[in-house]
Amino acid sequence: MKWLAIAAIVASPLVPVVAGDFYINLASQVLIAAIFALSLNLLVGFGGMTSLGHASYLGVSAYISALLTSRYGFGHGSAAAISITGTVAMAAFFGVIALRATGLGFLMITLALSQVLWGLAYRMSNVTNGDNGITGLTRPAPLGISLDSPASFYWFVLIVAAFACLMMAIFVSSAFGSSLKGVRDQPRRMAALGFNPWLVRWITFMYAGFWGAISGLLYVYYHKYIHPTSLSITSSAEALLGVIAGGSGTLGGPVVGAAVVLLLKNYASAYVERWNMMLGLVFLFIVLVMPTGIVPGVSRLAAALGRRSR
Amino acid sequence: MTAASTFDFALEVVNLQKAFGGLAVTQDVSLTVRPGERRLIIGPNGAGKTTLFNQISGDLTPNSGLIRLFGTDITQLPPYRRAHAGLSRTYQIITLFAGDTLEHNVTLGLLGLRPARWQMWRPMSSYGDLAIEARRTLDAVGLLHLAAHPISDIAYGEKRRVELAMALAQRPRLLLLDEPLAGLSNTERSTVKSLIASIPREITVIMIEHDMDTALDLAETVTLLNYGRVIVDGERDVVIADERTREVYLGT
Repeated sequence: MKWLAIAAIVASPLVPVVAGDFYINLASQVLIAAIFALSLNLLVGFGGMTSLGHASYLGVSAYISALLTSRYGFGHGSAAAISITGTVAMAAFFGVIALRATGLGFLMITLALSQVLWGLAYRMSNVTNGDNGITGLTRPAPLGISLDSPASFYWFVLIVAAFACLMMAIFVSSAFGSSLKGVRDQPRRMAALGFNPWLVRWITFMYAGFWGAISGLLYVYYHKYIHPTSLSITSSAEALLGVIAGGSGTLGGPVVGAAVVLLLKNYASAYVERWNMMLGLVFLFIVLVMPTGIVPGVSRLAAALGRRSR
Repeated sequence: MTAASTFDFALEVVNLQKAFGGLAVTQDVSLTVRPGERRLIIGPNGAGKTTLFNQISGDLTPNSGLIRLFGTDITQLPPYRRAHAGLSRTYQIITLFAGDTLEHNVTLGLLGLRPARWQMWRPMSSYGDLAIEARRTLDAVGLLHLAAHPISDIAYGEKRRVELAMALAQRPRLLLLDEPLAGLSNTERSTVKSLIASIPREITVIMIEHDMDTALDLAETVTLLNYGRVIVDGERDVVIADERTREVYLGT
Protein backbone atom coordinates (compact mmCIF):
# COMPACT_ATOMS: atom_id res chain seq x y z
CA MET A 1 0.00 0.00 0.00
CA LYS A 2 2.80 2.34 0.91
CA TRP A 3 4.51 1.41 -2.37
CA LEU A 4 1.37 2.15 -4.34
CA ALA A 5 1.23 5.62 -2.79
CA ILE A 6 4.90 6.25 -3.53
CA ALA A 7 4.44 5.02 -7.11
CA ALA A 8 1.49 7.38 -7.58
CA ILE A 9 3.49 10.32 -6.22
CA VAL A 10 6.47 9.54 -8.45
CA ALA A 11 4.26 9.04 -11.50
CA SER A 12 2.14 12.15 -11.00
CA PRO A 13 4.55 14.69 -12.59
CA LEU A 14 4.94 12.39 -15.61
CA VAL A 15 1.27 12.49 -16.60
CA PRO A 16 1.65 15.30 -19.18
CA VAL A 17 4.65 13.50 -20.69
CA VAL A 18 2.91 10.22 -21.37
CA ALA A 19 -0.79 11.08 -21.60
CA GLY A 20 -2.95 12.95 -24.09
CA ASP A 21 -4.84 16.16 -23.36
CA PHE A 22 -8.02 14.35 -22.33
CA TYR A 23 -6.22 12.41 -19.63
CA ILE A 24 -4.17 15.39 -18.50
CA ASN A 25 -7.38 17.33 -17.97
CA LEU A 26 -8.93 14.39 -16.20
CA ALA A 27 -5.90 14.20 -13.90
CA SER A 28 -6.22 17.94 -13.14
CA GLN A 29 -9.85 17.42 -12.20
CA VAL A 30 -8.95 14.47 -9.99
CA LEU A 31 -6.42 16.59 -8.12
CA ILE A 32 -8.91 19.42 -7.61
CA ALA A 33 -11.53 16.97 -6.36
CA ALA A 34 -8.85 15.44 -4.11
CA ILE A 35 -8.07 18.78 -2.42
CA PHE A 36 -11.79 19.32 -1.94
CA ALA A 37 -12.30 15.85 -0.48
CA LEU A 38 -9.25 16.23 1.78
CA SER A 39 -10.62 19.48 3.18
CA LEU A 40 -13.97 17.80 3.84
CA ASN A 41 -12.13 14.90 5.46
CA LEU A 42 -10.71 17.27 8.09
CA LEU A 43 -14.29 17.66 9.28
CA VAL A 44 -15.68 14.19 8.61
CA GLY A 45 -12.72 11.94 9.30
CA PHE A 46 -10.61 13.80 11.82
CA GLY A 47 -13.27 15.92 13.47
CA GLY A 48 -16.25 13.57 13.43
CA MET A 49 -18.37 16.36 11.93
CA THR A 50 -20.25 14.93 8.95
CA SER A 51 -21.06 17.88 6.72
CA LEU A 52 -23.39 17.71 3.75
CA GLY A 53 -22.77 21.32 2.76
CA HIS A 54 -19.12 21.48 1.94
CA ALA A 55 -19.82 22.61 -1.65
CA SER A 56 -20.62 26.01 -0.10
CA TYR A 57 -16.93 26.78 0.25
CA LEU A 58 -15.93 25.54 -3.18
CA GLY A 59 -18.84 27.33 -4.83
CA VAL A 60 -18.67 30.64 -3.01
CA SER A 61 -14.94 30.96 -3.51
CA ALA A 62 -15.37 30.16 -7.22
CA TYR A 63 -18.24 32.63 -7.60
CA ILE A 64 -16.40 35.46 -5.82
CA SER A 65 -13.35 34.97 -8.03
CA ALA A 66 -15.48 34.71 -11.18
CA LEU A 67 -17.45 37.87 -10.40
CA LEU A 68 -14.43 39.91 -9.35
CA THR A 69 -12.35 39.05 -12.40
CA SER A 70 -15.07 39.12 -15.05
CA ARG A 71 -17.28 41.94 -13.86
CA TYR A 72 -15.28 44.21 -11.60
CA GLY A 73 -11.94 44.11 -13.36
CA PHE A 74 -9.92 42.66 -10.48
CA GLY A 75 -6.63 40.91 -11.18
CA HIS A 76 -6.42 37.19 -10.40
CA GLY A 77 -4.13 37.70 -7.42
CA SER A 78 -6.32 40.14 -5.53
CA ALA A 79 -9.49 38.26 -6.58
CA ALA A 80 -8.03 35.03 -5.16
CA ALA A 81 -7.07 36.75 -1.89
CA ILE A 82 -10.56 38.23 -1.54
CA SER A 83 -12.28 34.92 -2.39
CA ILE A 84 -10.25 33.02 0.17
CA THR A 85 -10.71 35.64 2.89
CA GLY A 86 -14.42 35.92 2.12
CA THR A 87 -14.93 32.16 2.10
CA VAL A 88 -13.07 31.65 5.38
CA ALA A 89 -15.12 34.46 6.95
CA MET A 90 -18.25 32.71 5.73
CA ALA A 91 -16.99 29.41 7.18
CA ALA A 92 -16.43 31.20 10.50
CA PHE A 93 -20.02 32.43 10.45
CA PHE A 94 -21.50 29.11 9.28
CA GLY A 95 -19.42 27.33 11.90
CA VAL A 96 -20.99 29.39 14.68
CA ILE A 97 -24.43 28.31 13.47
CA ALA A 98 -23.72 24.67 12.58
CA LEU A 99 -21.58 23.86 15.63
CA ARG A 100 -24.48 24.51 17.94
CA ALA A 101 -25.33 20.92 17.04
CA THR A 102 -23.43 17.69 16.54
CA GLY A 103 -24.14 14.54 14.53
CA LEU A 104 -27.32 14.57 12.49
CA GLY A 105 -28.25 18.10 13.58
CA PHE A 106 -24.90 19.38 12.35
CA LEU A 107 -25.38 17.58 9.04
CA MET A 108 -28.83 19.10 8.54
CA ILE A 109 -27.67 22.64 9.35
CA THR A 110 -24.73 22.44 6.95
CA LEU A 111 -27.09 21.08 4.28
CA ALA A 112 -29.61 23.86 4.89
CA LEU A 113 -26.97 26.60 4.74
CA SER A 114 -25.56 25.28 1.48
CA GLN A 115 -29.05 25.00 0.00
CA VAL A 116 -29.57 28.69 0.81
CA LEU A 117 -26.45 29.55 -1.17
CA TRP A 118 -27.47 27.27 -4.03
CA GLY A 119 -30.88 28.95 -4.13
CA LEU A 120 -29.25 32.38 -4.15
CA ALA A 121 -26.95 31.41 -7.01
CA TYR A 122 -29.98 30.31 -9.02
CA ARG A 123 -32.35 33.14 -8.18
CA MET A 124 -30.11 36.18 -7.77
CA SER A 125 -29.62 36.16 -11.51
CA ASN A 126 -28.75 39.85 -11.73
CA VAL A 127 -25.57 39.02 -9.81
CA THR A 128 -24.86 35.37 -10.56
CA ASN A 129 -26.45 35.15 -14.01
CA GLY A 130 -28.64 32.37 -12.59
CA ASP A 131 -28.94 29.14 -14.53
CA ASN A 132 -26.76 30.49 -17.34
CA GLY A 133 -23.76 30.62 -15.06
CA ILE A 134 -20.83 32.97 -15.54
CA THR A 135 -18.92 32.38 -18.74
CA GLY A 136 -15.87 33.81 -20.43
CA LEU A 137 -13.55 33.49 -17.45
CA THR A 138 -9.79 33.34 -17.71
CA ARG A 139 -7.03 31.41 -15.95
CA PRO A 140 -4.40 33.28 -13.98
CA ALA A 141 -0.82 33.50 -15.24
CA PRO A 142 1.40 33.15 -12.16
CA LEU A 143 4.88 34.61 -12.72
CA GLY A 144 3.83 35.34 -16.29
CA ILE A 145 3.42 31.64 -17.15
CA SER A 146 0.25 30.98 -19.08
CA LEU A 147 -1.87 28.13 -17.70
CA ASP A 148 -4.01 27.75 -20.79
CA SER A 149 -2.46 24.50 -22.00
CA PRO A 150 -3.63 21.32 -20.24
CA ALA A 151 -0.06 20.41 -19.28
CA SER A 152 0.90 23.74 -17.70
CA PHE A 153 -2.41 23.86 -15.81
CA TYR A 154 -1.88 20.31 -14.60
CA TRP A 155 1.53 21.19 -13.19
CA PHE A 156 0.08 24.23 -11.47
CA VAL A 157 -2.67 22.14 -9.90
CA LEU A 158 -0.16 19.44 -8.96
CA ILE A 159 1.99 21.96 -7.05
CA VAL A 160 -1.02 23.34 -5.20
CA ALA A 161 -2.32 19.83 -4.46
CA ALA A 162 1.05 18.66 -3.16
CA PHE A 163 1.24 21.71 -0.92
CA ALA A 164 -2.35 21.16 0.27
CA CYS A 165 -1.66 17.50 1.10
CA LEU A 166 1.47 18.44 2.99
CA MET A 167 -0.26 21.20 4.96
CA MET A 168 -3.20 18.99 5.90
CA ALA A 169 -0.86 16.13 6.86
CA ILE A 170 1.04 18.51 9.14
CA PHE A 171 -2.25 19.78 10.56
CA VAL A 172 -3.60 16.37 11.54
CA SER A 173 -0.34 15.09 13.00
CA SER A 174 0.24 18.24 15.07
CA ALA A 175 -0.70 18.68 18.72
CA PHE A 176 -3.83 20.46 17.52
CA GLY A 177 -4.60 17.44 15.33
CA SER A 178 -4.42 15.27 18.45
CA SER A 179 -6.80 17.65 20.20
CA LEU A 180 -9.15 17.38 17.22
CA LYS A 181 -9.12 13.57 17.15
CA GLY A 182 -9.60 13.52 20.92
CA VAL A 183 -12.61 15.81 20.64
CA ARG A 184 -14.00 13.52 17.93
CA ASP A 185 -13.67 10.40 20.12
CA GLN A 186 -14.42 11.64 23.64
CA PRO A 187 -15.60 15.26 23.71
CA ARG A 188 -16.64 15.09 27.34
CA ARG A 189 -13.34 13.71 28.53
CA MET A 190 -11.45 16.24 26.43
CA ALA A 191 -13.35 19.08 28.07
CA ALA A 192 -12.55 17.65 31.49
CA LEU A 193 -8.87 17.53 30.48
CA GLY A 194 -8.83 21.25 29.69
CA PHE A 195 -9.56 21.32 25.95
CA ASN A 196 -12.26 23.60 24.59
CA PRO A 197 -14.12 21.24 22.23
CA TRP A 198 -16.17 23.96 20.56
CA LEU A 199 -13.17 26.11 19.72
CA VAL A 200 -11.21 23.11 18.42
CA ARG A 201 -14.11 22.24 16.11
CA TRP A 202 -14.63 25.84 15.00
CA ILE A 203 -10.99 26.38 14.08
CA THR A 204 -11.05 23.14 12.10
CA PHE A 205 -14.26 24.21 10.40
CA MET A 206 -12.56 27.41 9.20
CA TYR A 207 -9.44 25.56 8.12
CA ALA A 208 -11.55 23.12 6.09
CA GLY A 209 -13.30 26.15 4.60
CA PHE A 210 -9.93 27.56 3.64
CA TRP A 211 -8.92 24.48 1.64
CA GLY A 212 -12.43 24.27 0.23
CA ALA A 213 -11.87 27.81 -1.05
CA ILE A 214 -8.56 26.83 -2.63
CA SER A 215 -10.19 23.92 -4.44
CA GLY A 216 -12.96 26.30 -5.56
CA LEU A 217 -10.43 28.64 -7.13
CA LEU A 218 -8.79 25.76 -8.99
CA TYR A 219 -12.22 24.53 -10.02
CA VAL A 220 -13.20 27.83 -11.58
CA TYR A 221 -9.78 28.25 -13.21
CA TYR A 222 -10.09 24.82 -14.74
CA HIS A 223 -13.62 25.17 -16.10
CA LYS A 224 -13.40 28.91 -16.89
CA TYR A 225 -17.07 28.77 -16.09
CA ILE A 226 -19.20 28.57 -12.97
CA HIS A 227 -22.76 27.33 -12.56
CA PRO A 228 -25.07 26.95 -9.52
CA THR A 229 -24.60 23.13 -9.64
CA SER A 230 -21.17 23.69 -8.07
CA LEU A 231 -23.10 24.71 -4.92
CA SER A 232 -25.67 21.92 -5.13
CA ILE A 233 -26.21 19.06 -2.73
CA THR A 234 -24.91 16.72 -5.47
CA SER A 235 -21.57 18.47 -5.34
CA SER A 236 -21.40 18.15 -1.53
CA ALA A 237 -22.64 14.56 -1.60
CA GLU A 238 -20.12 13.44 -4.23
CA ALA A 239 -17.28 14.75 -2.09
CA LEU A 240 -18.69 13.06 1.01
CA LEU A 241 -19.10 9.85 -0.98
CA GLY A 242 -15.48 10.10 -2.05
CA VAL A 243 -14.28 10.62 1.52
CA ILE A 244 -16.27 7.68 2.89
CA ALA A 245 -15.53 5.35 -0.03
CA GLY A 246 -11.82 6.11 0.08
CA GLY A 247 -11.52 5.92 3.85
CA SER A 248 -12.35 8.81 6.14
CA GLY A 249 -9.78 9.81 8.72
CA THR A 250 -6.89 8.75 6.48
CA LEU A 251 -4.85 11.02 4.23
CA GLY A 252 -4.82 8.77 1.16
CA GLY A 253 -8.47 7.76 1.39
CA PRO A 254 -10.13 10.99 0.21
CA VAL A 255 -7.67 11.25 -2.70
CA VAL A 256 -8.48 7.72 -3.88
CA GLY A 257 -12.20 8.19 -3.21
CA ALA A 258 -12.35 11.49 -5.10
CA ALA A 259 -10.55 9.86 -8.02
CA VAL A 260 -12.97 6.92 -8.05
CA VAL A 261 -16.03 9.18 -8.05
CA LEU A 262 -14.63 11.45 -10.75
CA LEU A 263 -13.45 8.65 -13.01
CA LEU A 264 -16.77 6.84 -12.72
CA LYS A 265 -18.54 10.07 -13.54
CA ASN A 266 -16.37 10.66 -16.62
CA TYR A 267 -15.94 7.11 -17.84
CA ALA A 268 -19.17 5.42 -16.94
CA SER A 269 -21.20 8.31 -18.26
CA ALA A 270 -19.72 7.65 -21.69
CA TYR A 271 -21.04 4.08 -21.72
CA VAL A 272 -23.97 3.99 -19.33
CA GLU A 273 -26.63 6.62 -19.43
CA ARG A 274 -27.53 6.19 -15.79
CA TRP A 275 -24.03 6.59 -14.44
CA ASN A 276 -25.41 7.62 -11.04
CA MET A 277 -26.71 4.10 -10.69
CA MET A 278 -23.21 2.76 -11.44
CA LEU A 279 -21.81 5.07 -8.77
CA GLY A 280 -24.42 3.79 -6.36
CA LEU A 281 -23.55 0.16 -7.08
CA VAL A 282 -19.82 0.76 -6.72
CA PHE A 283 -20.41 2.60 -3.48
CA LEU A 284 -22.60 -0.23 -2.20
CA PHE A 285 -19.90 -2.73 -3.09
CA ILE A 286 -17.25 -0.71 -1.25
CA VAL A 287 -19.40 -0.31 1.84
CA LEU A 288 -20.20 -4.03 1.93
CA VAL A 289 -16.70 -5.33 1.28
CA MET A 290 -14.60 -2.60 2.89
CA PRO A 291 -16.77 -0.74 5.37
CA THR A 292 -13.91 1.50 6.48
CA GLY A 293 -13.10 2.52 2.90
CA ILE A 294 -10.81 1.53 0.06
CA VAL A 295 -7.49 2.63 1.53
CA PRO A 296 -7.84 0.98 4.97
CA GLY A 297 -9.52 -2.03 3.31
CA VAL A 298 -6.77 -2.60 0.77
CA SER A 299 -4.03 -2.10 3.36
CA ARG A 300 -5.64 -4.74 5.54
CA LEU A 301 -5.94 -7.07 2.57
CA ALA A 302 -2.29 -6.50 1.64
CA ALA A 303 -1.23 -7.19 5.22
CA ALA A 304 -3.26 -10.41 5.28
CA LEU A 305 -1.74 -11.58 1.97
CA GLY A 306 1.73 -10.72 3.24
CA ARG A 307 1.19 -12.89 6.30
CA ARG A 308 -0.06 -15.82 4.25
CA SER A 309 2.82 -15.77 1.77
CA ARG A 310 5.35 -15.81 4.57
CA MET B 1 0.47 30.67 42.42
CA THR B 2 -0.93 31.22 45.90
CA ALA B 3 -0.34 28.37 48.27
CA ALA B 4 -3.33 26.11 48.69
CA SER B 5 -3.01 26.32 52.44
CA THR B 6 -4.13 29.96 52.47
CA PHE B 7 -7.60 28.82 51.50
CA ASP B 8 -9.98 27.50 54.08
CA PHE B 9 -11.62 25.15 51.66
CA ALA B 10 -10.57 23.26 48.57
CA LEU B 11 -14.19 22.91 47.64
CA GLU B 12 -17.32 24.61 48.87
CA VAL B 13 -20.74 23.60 47.66
CA VAL B 14 -23.50 25.91 48.81
CA ASN B 15 -27.24 25.15 48.57
CA LEU B 16 -26.87 23.28 45.30
CA GLN B 17 -30.10 22.41 43.49
CA LYS B 18 -30.54 20.34 40.36
CA ALA B 19 -33.67 18.82 38.88
CA PHE B 20 -34.28 16.88 35.69
CA GLY B 21 -37.83 17.92 34.92
CA GLY B 22 -39.79 17.08 38.04
CA LEU B 23 -37.11 14.81 39.46
CA ALA B 24 -34.96 16.59 42.02
CA VAL B 25 -31.56 14.90 41.91
CA THR B 26 -29.63 17.40 44.02
CA GLN B 27 -31.59 19.01 46.81
CA ASP B 28 -30.04 21.81 48.79
CA VAL B 29 -26.65 20.13 48.99
CA SER B 30 -24.01 22.00 50.95
CA LEU B 31 -20.62 20.62 51.83
CA THR B 32 -17.07 21.80 52.38
CA VAL B 33 -13.82 19.95 51.82
CA ARG B 34 -10.54 21.16 53.33
CA PRO B 35 -7.31 21.24 51.32
CA GLY B 36 -5.62 17.84 51.45
CA GLU B 37 -8.69 16.11 52.80
CA ARG B 38 -9.76 12.59 51.71
CA ARG B 39 -13.53 12.62 51.39
CA LEU B 40 -15.70 9.65 50.63
CA ILE B 41 -19.18 10.13 49.23
CA ILE B 42 -21.53 7.22 49.81
CA GLY B 43 -25.18 6.58 49.25
CA PRO B 44 -27.53 4.06 47.65
CA ASN B 45 -27.90 3.86 43.88
CA GLY B 46 -29.64 6.92 42.54
CA ALA B 47 -28.68 9.05 45.53
CA GLY B 48 -27.24 11.70 43.21
CA LYS B 49 -23.54 11.08 43.80
CA THR B 50 -22.40 11.14 40.18
CA THR B 51 -24.81 13.99 39.42
CA LEU B 52 -23.10 15.97 42.15
CA PHE B 53 -19.71 15.17 40.61
CA ASN B 54 -20.97 16.23 37.20
CA GLN B 55 -21.99 19.59 38.61
CA ILE B 56 -18.64 20.07 40.33
CA SER B 57 -16.78 19.18 37.11
CA GLY B 58 -19.09 21.31 34.97
CA ASP B 59 -20.71 18.63 32.83
CA LEU B 60 -24.04 19.68 34.33
CA THR B 61 -25.09 23.18 35.35
CA PRO B 62 -27.01 23.39 38.64
CA ASN B 63 -30.37 25.15 38.76
CA SER B 64 -29.18 27.20 41.69
CA GLY B 65 -26.47 27.27 44.32
CA LEU B 66 -22.76 27.93 44.30
CA ILE B 67 -19.61 25.91 43.77
CA ARG B 68 -16.28 27.38 44.88
CA LEU B 69 -12.90 25.89 44.08
CA PHE B 70 -10.20 27.25 46.41
CA GLY B 71 -12.29 30.32 47.04
CA THR B 72 -13.14 31.03 43.39
CA ASP B 73 -16.71 30.78 42.21
CA ILE B 74 -16.69 28.24 39.37
CA THR B 75 -20.45 27.62 39.17
CA GLN B 76 -20.79 29.05 35.68
CA LEU B 77 -17.43 28.00 34.26
CA PRO B 78 -17.32 25.45 31.42
CA PRO B 79 -15.55 22.14 32.24
CA TYR B 80 -12.29 23.02 30.46
CA ARG B 81 -11.90 26.23 32.49
CA ARG B 82 -12.34 24.22 35.67
CA ALA B 83 -9.59 21.87 34.53
CA HIS B 84 -7.30 24.86 34.18
CA ALA B 85 -8.33 25.97 37.66
CA GLY B 86 -6.94 22.70 39.05
CA LEU B 87 -9.81 20.24 38.90
CA SER B 88 -9.45 16.72 37.51
CA ARG B 89 -11.79 13.78 37.48
CA THR B 90 -12.15 10.15 36.50
CA TYR B 91 -15.27 8.48 35.22
CA GLN B 92 -17.34 5.64 36.54
CA ILE B 93 -17.74 4.37 32.97
CA ILE B 94 -14.30 4.14 31.43
CA THR B 95 -13.81 7.07 29.06
CA LEU B 96 -10.50 6.52 27.29
CA PHE B 97 -9.26 6.83 23.71
CA ALA B 98 -9.54 3.18 22.78
CA GLY B 99 -7.55 3.24 19.54
CA ASP B 100 -4.61 5.17 20.99
CA THR B 101 -1.71 3.95 23.09
CA LEU B 102 -1.57 4.33 26.85
CA GLU B 103 1.19 6.85 26.42
CA HIS B 104 -0.92 8.92 24.01
CA ASN B 105 -3.85 8.85 26.42
CA VAL B 106 -1.80 10.21 29.27
CA THR B 107 -0.09 12.70 26.95
CA LEU B 108 -3.50 14.12 26.06
CA GLY B 109 -4.03 14.72 29.75
CA LEU B 110 -0.77 16.66 29.88
CA LEU B 111 -1.48 18.52 26.64
CA GLY B 112 -4.88 19.73 27.85
CA LEU B 113 -3.35 22.17 30.30
CA ARG B 114 -0.60 23.47 28.02
CA PRO B 115 -0.73 26.16 25.32
CA ALA B 116 0.88 23.59 22.99
CA ARG B 117 -2.57 22.07 22.48
CA TRP B 118 -3.21 24.84 19.90
CA GLN B 119 0.07 24.19 18.06
CA MET B 120 -0.68 23.33 14.43
CA TRP B 121 2.83 22.94 13.01
CA ARG B 122 4.94 20.76 15.20
CA PRO B 123 4.24 17.03 14.99
CA MET B 124 2.74 15.64 18.17
CA SER B 125 5.45 12.98 18.19
CA SER B 126 8.18 15.62 18.65
CA TYR B 127 7.05 16.58 22.17
CA GLY B 128 9.67 14.54 23.98
CA ASP B 129 9.08 16.22 27.32
CA LEU B 130 5.40 15.29 27.26
CA ALA B 131 6.21 11.70 26.35
CA ILE B 132 8.74 11.44 29.18
CA GLU B 133 6.29 12.82 31.70
CA ALA B 134 3.51 10.55 30.42
CA ARG B 135 5.78 7.53 30.84
CA ARG B 136 6.74 8.65 34.32
CA THR B 137 3.07 8.82 35.28
CA LEU B 138 2.42 5.41 33.74
CA ASP B 139 5.35 4.09 35.75
CA ALA B 140 3.76 5.48 38.91
CA VAL B 141 0.62 3.44 38.27
CA GLY B 142 2.67 0.39 37.27
CA LEU B 143 1.79 0.36 33.57
CA LEU B 144 5.03 1.53 31.96
CA HIS B 145 5.54 -1.85 30.30
CA LEU B 146 2.26 -1.37 28.40
CA ALA B 147 2.92 2.26 27.35
CA ALA B 148 3.07 1.47 23.63
CA HIS B 149 -0.04 -0.74 23.60
CA PRO B 150 -3.41 0.57 22.48
CA ILE B 151 -6.07 0.88 25.19
CA SER B 152 -8.19 -1.72 23.38
CA ASP B 153 -5.46 -4.31 24.10
CA ILE B 154 -5.34 -4.01 27.87
CA ALA B 155 -7.45 -5.48 30.64
CA TYR B 156 -10.28 -3.71 32.42
CA GLY B 157 -8.38 -3.28 35.66
CA GLU B 158 -5.50 -1.69 33.77
CA LYS B 159 -7.88 0.73 32.07
CA ARG B 160 -9.02 1.85 35.52
CA ARG B 161 -5.40 2.66 36.32
CA VAL B 162 -4.99 4.59 33.06
CA GLU B 163 -8.04 6.66 34.06
CA LEU B 164 -6.24 7.45 37.27
CA ALA B 165 -2.95 8.17 35.48
CA MET B 166 -4.61 10.65 33.11
CA ALA B 167 -6.04 12.60 36.01
CA LEU B 168 -2.85 12.43 38.11
CA ALA B 169 -0.69 13.57 35.18
CA GLN B 170 -2.50 16.87 35.32
CA ARG B 171 -1.28 17.47 38.90
CA PRO B 172 -4.70 18.72 39.97
CA ARG B 173 -5.42 20.54 43.21
CA LEU B 174 -8.73 18.73 43.53
CA LEU B 175 -9.26 15.22 42.23
CA LEU B 176 -12.69 13.64 41.84
CA LEU B 177 -12.67 9.83 41.64
CA ASP B 178 -15.92 8.27 40.50
CA GLU B 179 -15.91 4.64 41.64
CA PRO B 180 -12.24 3.95 40.96
CA LEU B 181 -12.60 0.39 42.24
CA ALA B 182 -15.72 -0.58 40.32
CA GLY B 183 -15.48 -3.97 38.63
CA LEU B 184 -12.00 -4.79 39.89
CA SER B 185 -10.80 -8.13 41.23
CA ASN B 186 -9.43 -8.37 44.77
CA THR B 187 -5.79 -8.11 43.70
CA GLU B 188 -6.49 -5.21 41.37
CA ARG B 189 -8.44 -3.57 44.13
CA SER B 190 -5.52 -3.59 46.52
CA THR B 191 -3.22 -2.25 43.79
CA VAL B 192 -5.54 0.68 43.05
CA LYS B 193 -6.11 1.19 46.77
CA SER B 194 -2.43 1.66 47.45
CA LEU B 195 -2.21 3.93 44.41
CA ILE B 196 -4.90 6.18 45.80
CA ALA B 197 -3.29 6.05 49.23
CA SER B 198 -0.03 7.27 47.71
CA ILE B 199 -1.56 10.38 46.13
CA PRO B 200 0.38 13.34 47.58
CA ARG B 201 -1.32 15.55 50.14
CA GLU B 202 -1.19 18.62 47.87
CA ILE B 203 -4.03 16.95 46.04
CA THR B 204 -7.42 16.99 47.69
CA VAL B 205 -9.36 13.83 46.89
CA ILE B 206 -13.11 13.30 46.78
CA MET B 207 -14.17 9.77 45.99
CA ILE B 208 -17.42 8.01 45.26
CA GLU B 209 -17.13 4.32 46.10
CA HIS B 210 -19.36 1.43 47.00
CA ASP B 211 -16.68 -0.91 48.26
CA MET B 212 -16.82 0.17 51.88
CA ASP B 213 -14.09 -2.15 53.16
CA THR B 214 -11.50 -0.57 50.89
CA ALA B 215 -12.85 2.94 50.65
CA LEU B 216 -13.25 3.57 54.37
CA ASP B 217 -9.54 2.95 54.90
CA LEU B 218 -8.77 5.72 52.43
CA ALA B 219 -11.28 8.24 53.78
CA GLU B 220 -10.99 10.71 56.61
CA THR B 221 -14.42 12.20 56.20
CA VAL B 222 -17.61 10.81 54.78
CA THR B 223 -20.71 12.36 53.25
CA LEU B 224 -23.84 10.25 52.99
CA LEU B 225 -26.29 11.20 50.27
CA ASN B 226 -29.81 9.89 49.77
CA TYR B 227 -32.45 11.12 47.33
CA GLY B 228 -30.21 14.03 46.44
CA ARG B 229 -29.83 15.27 50.00
CA VAL B 230 -26.94 15.23 52.44
CA ILE B 231 -28.06 12.92 55.25
CA VAL B 232 -24.92 12.76 57.39
CA ASP B 233 -21.62 14.56 56.93
CA GLY B 234 -18.50 14.53 59.04
CA GLU B 235 -15.58 12.51 60.45
CA ARG B 236 -15.49 8.96 59.17
CA ASP B 237 -16.08 7.14 62.42
CA VAL B 238 -18.83 9.50 63.47
CA VAL B 239 -20.67 9.05 60.19
CA ILE B 240 -20.29 5.28 60.27
CA ALA B 241 -21.55 5.10 63.81
CA ASP B 242 -24.51 7.30 63.01
CA GLU B 243 -27.85 5.55 63.11
CA ARG B 244 -29.03 7.19 59.89
CA THR B 245 -26.08 5.80 57.97
CA ARG B 246 -26.98 2.30 59.01
CA GLU B 247 -30.60 2.90 58.17
CA VAL B 248 -30.01 4.33 54.71
CA TYR B 249 -26.93 2.59 53.51
CA LEU B 250 -25.13 0.02 55.56
CA GLY B 251 -28.15 -1.96 56.66
CA THR B 252 -28.43 -3.43 60.11
